[in-house]
Amino acid sequence: MNTTSCPVCEASVSIPADAMQNELIACADCGSELEIISLSPIQLDLAPDVEEDWGE
Amino acid sequence: MRVAILLTHIRPEEKLLINAFEAHGITPDIILDRDFNFDLLGDATQFSPSGVAWGNYDLVLERCVSTSRGLYALAILNQWGVHTLNSYHTASVCADKIMTTLALACANVPQPRARVAFDEAHTLDAIEELTYPAVLKPATGSWGRLVARVNDRDSAEALLEHRQVLGDYNYHTYYVQEFVQKPSRDIRAFVVGDRTICAIYRTSPHWITNTARGGQATNCPITPELSDLCLAASRAVGGGILAMDVFETPEGGLVINEINHTMEFKNSSAPTGVNIADEVVAYALSTITESSIASLEGALA
Repeated sequence: MNTTSCPVCEASVSIPADAMQNELIACADCGSELEIISLSPIQLDLAPDVEEDWGE
Repeated sequence: MRVAILLTHIRPEEKLLINAFEAHGITPDIILDRDFNFDLLGDATQFSPSGVAWGNYDLVLERCVSTSRGLYALAILNQWGVHTLNSYHTASVCADKIMTTLALACANVPQPRARVAFDEAHTLDAIEELTYPAVLKPATGSWGRLVARVNDRDSAEALLEHRQVLGDYNYHTYYVQEFVQKPSRDIRAFVVGDRTICAIYRTSPHWITNTARGGQATNCPITPELSDLCLAASRAVGGGILAMDVFETPEGGLVINEINHTMEFKNSSAPTGVNIADEVVAYALSTITESSIASLEGALA
């Protein structure tokens, strides 16, 4: 399992072995919702804010 | 066979679907809705963000969490003759509670009484015709967002003033629904094609039982009554891959509350023992064959 740092709090974030680009993950330290924007190299960014029309 | 999945980002559901497609030997192209750039005067020969012409996809599965982006994409792709799940027709009916109610009413599918009004005075009348408590909902929206139980005239007046003053025009359409005195749970049933594949109870001490709002999921047996109701509701809105929110009434009946066209299901496979992602993918692939036959018949006609 790879690790990288949270773009919000800089804590270490574990990236699952089966992670996919554009997958959402959470930072265990600060709770921020993050998006994996690149797998090679691993890059995280804050996930987009929830918008009014989001849902099922 | 070429398949694309439209999505906003990859949630657990999309990951399960991608893995299910791969189990069938198909690697779907992932197309982000933020990358859309359609030439509206063009046709299906234009390239999607994946580099493949839209018309070369045998199936486009819409899984956008953004309802507006998903709906517009489906409208465009269906106009161009691209096979999608769900169809724009089904998605547009389910995305709007008023249109859903009308479709269910047209098909005589049991549902709570509902009214719509467009200003505060007439919405007050509508609420009182349904009697307190009533439920005030935005016509569009999900996850129980801005759904309010209206217990009395004071709360009705306050809610309506807030919506009128603080909301944009979308919130000035007042969809009011009868409050159903359900047990501390509702039912979320999953319809895939012409089958009700499984269902869960969503139990919560709160009157809003969405799992997004903390409702706990347990298996709900599929009775003939539940299955028949869900299939009738599915047909009423155009069919496809749908999640039905069902209430049990005090009289012992079942009514359809809402229908979701890009359902979340990560909490539902474990309690039901049904691999929902695999069911969805198997159905989706079966529609490609049907769609191809229909196209061939159309070409030969």
